[in-house]
Amino acid sequence: MDYRITHLKQLESEAIFVLRETAAQFEKPVLLFSGGKDSIVMAYLAKKAFWPAKLPFPLMHVDTGHNFPETMEYRDRFVKDLGAELIVASVQEAIDQGKVVEETGVNASRNSLQTVALLEGLENGQFDAALGGGRRDEEKARAKERFFSHRDAFGQWDPKNQRPELWNVFNGKKHHGEHFRVFPLSNWTEMDIWQYIKLENIALPELYFSHERECFVRNGVIMAVTEFTQPQPEETVEKMQVRFRTIGDTTCTGANVSSASDLDAIIDEVAAARNTERGTRADDKRSESAMEDRKKQGYF
Amino acid sequence: MSEKENNSGYLDMDLLRFTTAGSVDDGKSTLIGRLLYDSKAIFEDQLEAVEKSSKSRGDENVNLALLTDGLRSEREQGITIDVAYRYFATPKRKFIIADTPGHIQYTRNMVTGASTANLAIILVDARKGVIEQTCRHAFIANLLRIQNVVVCVNKMDLVDWDQAVFDKIVSEFKSFASRLDNLINITFIPASALLGDNIVDKSENMGWYNGPTLLYHLETVYNGSDFNHIDARFPIQWVVRPHSDKYHDFRGFAGRIAGGVFKPGDAVKVLPSGFESKIKSIHLMDEELKEAYSPMSVVMTLEDEIDISRGNMLVKANNPPKMLQDIEAMVCWFSSTKSLSGRGKFIVRHTTNDVQAIVSEVKYKVNINTLHKIEDDLELKLNDIGRISIRTSAPLFVDSYSKNRITGSIILIDPLTNETVAAGMII
Repeated sequence: MDYRITHLKQLESEAIFVLRETAAQFEKPVLLFSGGKDSIVMAYLAKKAFWPAKLPFPLMHVDTGHNFPETMEYRDRFVKDLGAELIVASVQEAIDQGKVVEETGVNASRNSLQTVALLEGLENGQFDAALGGGRRDEEKARAKERFFSHRDAFGQWDPKNQRPELWNVFNGKKHHGEHFRVFPLSNWTEMDIWQYIKLENIALPELYFSHERECFVRNGVIMAVTEFTQPQPEETVEKMQVRFRTIGDTTCTGANVSSASDLDAIIDEVAAARNTERGTRADDKRSESAMEDRKKQGYF
Repeated sequence: MSEKENNSGYLDMDLLRFTTAGSVDDGKSTLIGRLLYDSKAIFEDQLEAVEKSSKSRGDENVNLALLTDGLRSEREQGITIDVAYRYFATPKRKFIIADTPGHIQYTRNMVTGASTANLAIILVDARKGVIEQTCRHAFIANLLRIQNVVVCVNKMDLVDWDQAVFDKIVSEFKSFASRLDNLINITFIPASALLGDNIVDKSENMGWYNGPTLLYHLETVYNGSDFNHIDARFPIQWVVRPHSDKYHDFRGFAGRIAGGVFKPGDAVKVLPSGFESKIKSIHLMDEELKEAYSPMSVVMTLEDEIDISRGNMLVKANNPPKMLQDIEAMVCWFSSTKSLSGRGKFIVRHTTNDVQAIVSEVKYKVNINTLHKIEDDLELKLNDIGRISIRTSAPLFVDSYSKNRITGSIILIDPLTNETVAAGMII
């Protein structure tokens, strides 16, 4: 008898183990749900981990207010099907209350303001662990992230002083006021995510599949025309056949020209891709250590 | 092969985790860079970013180390500080690389990287032969029970592709490794990572070598022996109680199987209570499984209502682990601020259990370059490896690390700072 399991089943089993350790080791965890494919897979795995009981923690959406309407529809339907509680941490509220100042100008993005809303959402809910869908293959600062990532009372990440993590023995012990970020999908790649979505037949927002929409090109990135992203006079709008490889805030999420309209086509496309998925994320292009700097400040 | 068949190939892929250790100039970054690049795991925008920074740093060639050195302080100092995890896949396998710096001051990182690895690549510079660092890497691979080791004799281009050089290194390494009994499968590959010889493609410069290329070996090496499928061990992580109308009486025990094979109908015993029952069903969400084995995460239900909670373990009555309060372990010390000499109080974490513990004695330390025991200096400091005796406040259900990597491993946590100060392998 050959007792082997495939790479996807190994990753699944590892993620479920991490989700259960989080529920067991912390008093009040929360799962960060953006409506993007990684957080969808993570929430789906959480359902698997605790079935037939409901999730032992709520979901939290850090809402920049600049969403694609499709994401919001999907989010509400998904959360209802899951039977989970949803908490919304609003960047708009933080702006209205004067806690943060919005960037101005053509390329203004609320991405960096997410950190404030996130930290406040965690504090308001007194959450001591936040589950995130981050993957180590996304970006080089993430390649050194732990499954259980310790944050001080200010939510900061100290990359030089991370706890060693051996085997699958996770140390979630902490002092009052400190908290953890937990990444069950650490070892997954973009390809693994897509293959798993296909294997488990998980429904996704339509934005991930090829569709026609009005777009314009800015700094080499294809931007969708939305309420929040309007073309400048010199930028021309045209109808394009596109899909999104990642879904974030509309102001920093670029589209890809693509005819991939089903999962098989997307898997083929990912296999042939020569650019990383974050290559269309304007927020990472700001500098070589943009991600590391944001993480140190408490970003995911 | 049609598009569709090609697309479903991943359903047969398995996973190999390997670790690489090496220092700044032995070509480790070049080797990894080549594996990633040739398997298309490096993307154009990543390469462009690296080309840009290489240029601004004044490097002559594209510096592939910049791909792996993710932290600003690493790039500034030109060294790898922490374990970096890298991913690539071929149609046969997905690979996870734990890339660790090889210098003696980073022993703890090598140990961390090795703890989850199925295979270790030890790089040897053909010009230098088997040196202290080679022995250190082999010792750590052996200590963490990595059964598959690849000794990659790199920079063969700089010794004129000479078979005699390679043969000498093989015999030197074998003579050292004969003292390391966990290294079961050692493969020697002569290579040039810089020129690509025997990494992905077979070398045209070394006709005398008939073995596999590195990538072919990684793709085909037998990779089933790291999970124990003999001794049934199921540490309970979480008790699932739905409290719903549909599953009113459902009481499931959730965990990841640490050893052996479990089937519905199997008689099982609960530790530490000793109660016995039978497995009623095994679930993974709406799937009911006919059997489950390591490393699967499942939920089990039992025929009888027994009090079971996190930290308990389900086993087979005729083959239980040891229930011990006195544990002997080899540990690697991780803390730069706290050392251990003589006695000390800690929290021991083992599978899903936490217990108070006292280290009663440091028996000896090991010089990891020579394998000699050190008995006149018994203070365990950062990067030291030694043997200790531990007394725990409650029994743990343990196997020796050589029998089971999951039920045989522990970490030591400092109760004051909550830091992980050491990792141990139970003897």
